[in-house]
Formats: sequence, C-alpha cells, structure tokens
Amino acid sequence: MDELLKILATNALETHANIARMLNVPAAEVDARIAAYEKQGVIRGYQAVLNEDQLDLDKVTAVIEVKVTPQREGGFNTIADRISRYPEVSSAYLMSGGYDLLLFIEGKNLRQVAAFVSEKLAPLDGVISTSTHFMLKTYKRLGVQMHQESSDERLSVAP
Amino acid sequence: MNASVSLHNRINTVVRDIPRSGIRDFFDIVTTMKDVISLGIGEPDFDTPWHVREATVFALERGATHYSSNLGYIELRRALSKYVAKHFGAEYNPDNEVLVTVGVSEALDIALRALINPGEEVLYHEPCYVSYRATILFAGGKPLAVETKAENGFRLTRQMLEAKWTPNTKLLMLNFPNNPTGAIMDRRDLEDIAAFAREKDLIVITDEIYAELTYDNPHTSIVSLPGMKERTVFLHGFSKAWAMTGYRLGYACGPAELIEAMMKVHQYTMLCASSLAQKAAIEALTRPEIDVGEMVAEYRRRRNYIATAFADMGLECHRPLGAFYAFPSIAKFGLKSKDFALKLLHDEKVAAVPGTAFGECGEGFLRCAYATSFDNIKEAMARLKRFTGKL
Ligand SMILES: Cc1ncc(COP(=O)(O)O)c(C=O)c1O
Repeated sequence: MDELLKILATNALETHANIARMLNVPAAEVDARIAAYEKQGVIRGYQAVLNEDQLDLDKVTAVIEVKVTPQREGGFNTIADRISRYPEVSSAYLMSGGYDLLLFIEGKNLRQVAAFVSEKLAPLDGVISTSTHFMLKTYKRLGVQMHQESSDERLSVAP
Repeated sequence: MNASVSLHNRINTVVRDIPRSGIRDFFDIVTTMKDVISLGIGEPDFDTPWHVREATVFALERGATHYSSNLGYIELRRALSKYVAKHFGAEYNPDNEVLVTVGVSEALDIALRALINPGEEVLYHEPCYVSYRATILFAGGKPLAVETKAENGFRLTRQMLEAKWTPNTKLLMLNFPNNPTGAIMDRRDLEDIAAFAREKDLIVITDEIYAELTYDNPHTSIVSLPGMKERTVFLHGFSKAWAMTGYRLGYACGPAELIEAMMKVHQYTMLCASSLAQKAAIEALTRPEIDVGEMVAEYRRRRNYIATAFADMGLECHRPLGAFYAFPSIAKFGLKSKDFALKLLHDEKVAAVPGTAFGECGEGFLRCAYATSFDNIKEAMARLKRFTGKL
C-alpha cells in the first residue's frame, strides 16, 4: 500500500506539511496525491475512531449472518446492494463459508433491531435465512485497543 | 566511621577510575522532572511483536525454565546461522561457530576478555556506544579511540586508523549503523577498513545490532568481504530490530576457535542465556520478517521528519542513515553539550543526551533518539525550535 495511505489510515488529521516531511517529498505533491485518491474514490471519507462503550449511548450493534440466493443476473451484488442501502446497515461484506453476507446493524435497542430483521431483511426476495448476534463489548476496533491505556515502561533515558 | 575511605582504596583501580556512564547521570536528572518528552531513549518504542510475547508465555507453560546448553539451544543456533547467512552473507556452523549471549553487551565483554592480553591495544571509533571504552579497560586492554567526523558523515576511514595504529594493536571494534551518530558504512568504505585489518593482521569485532535499521541504503557487513570472516567476531542481538531489550538476548558468530574461547568465559561467568528469551528468539527468527519491515518504515518517516525539522531551524545535522539516532551539531550556540542538554531540559522539558556521553569528541553534539511516537517527535521539534530561536 502507498505509504501516504498508511499514514492517513493511522491518523487522517496529520497535516499535509507533516506528511510531506515524513515522506521527504514536496507538500504540493502530498496535496495532489490525496486529491487524486479522493477523486478516484480510494479515499471514501475520514472518521474518528470512537470508543462508544464510554459514551453511554442508547444503541445496540448486531452482527447478522445472512444466507441469500444469488440472482440470475448480478449474482450476489444485486441483493447485497439492496440490503446495504438500509441506513441501519453500517457495514456489509460478502463472505466465504457457511453463510453469504455479514452485516453490522445499528439500532436504538434490541426491539428495533429485531424489527429490522423480521420486517425488512428476512422478507426480502432472495434472503433464505438470518442469524443475529448482539455485540456486548468492544475490545479493539479498527486496530485501536479500546480498554487499554498505552503505557511506556521504558526508562526515560537509556544508552 | 571512616570505612568508606578505606573501601574506596580497595576497589580495583581500573573500576574505580572509570566514570559512571554519562547517560546514567543524565537519567538521574530527568527522572526528577515531570512531563518530559524524551529523545534520550536508546531502545525501540514499539512493543515486542505480539507473536514473540505469546511464544514466551507458551514456552513458560511448557516449562522452558531450565538451563540450556552453554552455547544456547541448538534450534536457536540453527535459526541464527540461517538468518546470518541470508542477511549478512556469511555461513556459520551452528554446532561450534554460534554462541548465544546475554545481549550484545555480554558478547562484547566476553569477546574482549577472550582475546586481550594485558596492555594490548584495541582500536575503536568515537563517538560510540557508552560501554566500549569501559569494557576494553575491564578486559585489561588499552583503548585507542579514533575520532569520526560529522563532515565525513561519521564514517571511519583507513587514514584515521593508520594514525592511531601501533604494532601492539590487536583488535578493531566497529559499530555501524552507529549509536549515537546514525552513521553507516557502505561496501566501499568497509573494503578499505577490511584491507587495513588484513594488512595489520587485526581481529575485528563488529557490533551490528542496528543492521536491520537502515533507511536509504541496504546494510553491508564486513564479514561478507573477502578474507574477513576468518578474523571477525560478528555480534548481533534482538534488542533493537525486534524491540526485545528486556529479554537480554544477543549472539556472537565467529571462527570456531574464537567462539570456543568466548564460550569458556561465558560458561564460567554466565552459564547460559535465559532459556525463555531463547525460546522467544526462535519464534522471532522463524516467523516472516513483516514486523521488522513495518518498524523500519515508521522509523524512516520519523527520520525524514526530524532531518527536515533540524534543517528548518538551522541546526546542522549530517543525514542519519541508520539506527534510530540523529546527532545534530549544537556547537554554534556556544554552549557545552552538557549545558545545552540541561538548559533544554529545564527550559523546554525535552531530554536529549549530550554528545559527550559517547566520547569526548561528542562535544558540540546532541543525541536525539527518534524511538518515540510521532506526536512526541513533533512536539519535541517545536520546543527545540523555540529553544534554539532564543539562544
Ligand atoms: C551499539 C550498541 N551495542 C550494544 C548495545 C547493547 O545491546 P544489548 O541490549 O543486546 O545488550 C547497544 C544498546 O543500546 C548499542 O547501542
């Protein structure tokens, strides 16, 4: 992966000037490359990594395994695309193995998620079955540990 | 009671007359202060790779809590032999040419003790790692320091060695990539040194603990040059590239006769390196080197940032090419290195080690380790800029 993208993936707020220093290239080049990635759609957005467990939100997250019948034209894409359009779906992946689609669903509470599954998802043409799991606690998200304070055990000066 | 006076006189004179490491003194001051950003830490800020730590726990559960053979587990020596052949271009027989030690620190010590007769001279280059002069003296040798220069990228040249060499010189110690300067030697630089060592029939001890950490040019080892393997003790360890400093694990490779001699000192003074650490090292070596590559990329980005930041604030610094140290000149401010470092610490709460901790010729320089987070580096550079702007 382009080193520029690696830097942005760890800290999207890094200034372009600093990124230019790290990569030893002119700042204008960094501006241009980032603009190009945004235009190509390689960079789709910039988000903060939140530790939501700390926020006491009225919110539950469910992971749903979905078995579907691929369509004659468009295979899995047509049905996956239809499902992804629901705002309740925060992530959707095509999987190998025992089921086809893996969805991450967000709702206010258990009842709301259940309603989404039984009223919207399950009745869709092509959906064969669903299996819903609720998330209890987040330990690590997007490569970031959520419950561990980083600690530096090193001496403050060493040879 | 005046016992302290008489005890002082009973201490071995060599030990008594060697000062404590300048690093130690500086550390004592830094620890009294709060919220200091430290560029003074000569060890990686990365965590030891998780698979290595996992393997350590597993080894503990499996009971790897006993002595290993004096040389170290044969499985580890085999892995080391393969690793050294692949990356350094020298083949060593794991049965009798590889010795596992308690860090490169022990390896340096026992190599010197195994080789030096009282009064024999050892050439080494300064500024250098804090232990070199002391370990030469402890071993009864006579240290001959050769000064490397900023204008020459802190590289060692044949002329410098010739100026100090005498017929009583037996050993040459090398350390590239270098602590504290970040200097490296390319193949051509090393060829001159190797020719000199062969001509003068010197034994070479090469400390290549930072070999994996080079940023623009690949590392070359002097052992890979013609006629060098048979006169060289190659030292390496797990502290830097694998961020395993606390494991205390290193190794020496060399001709069987020399390894046998070092093994004797090791056998009678250390017995063997930690078994658990050895098990962890097997894991570190036999897994793909992904973790090391990622670390190198991150150090390179920091190196680039620091080099530009120094240039922006008008601090002269030769380009650091290896290890994780930059060694800028602060001579133009007219302060001694130590005073500069102390003032920087007090005024801006940034710790960086005075160049003199690495030899007298480090006067006028400051060692800035970039083994710390990018956020710390940014903040430290901003503070340093403010500080130098006021001097
Ligand atoms: C050049 C050099 N040699 C040896 C060592 C000591 O290494 P170890 O942890 O393997 O004893 C260091 C540590 O800073 C070093 O910089």
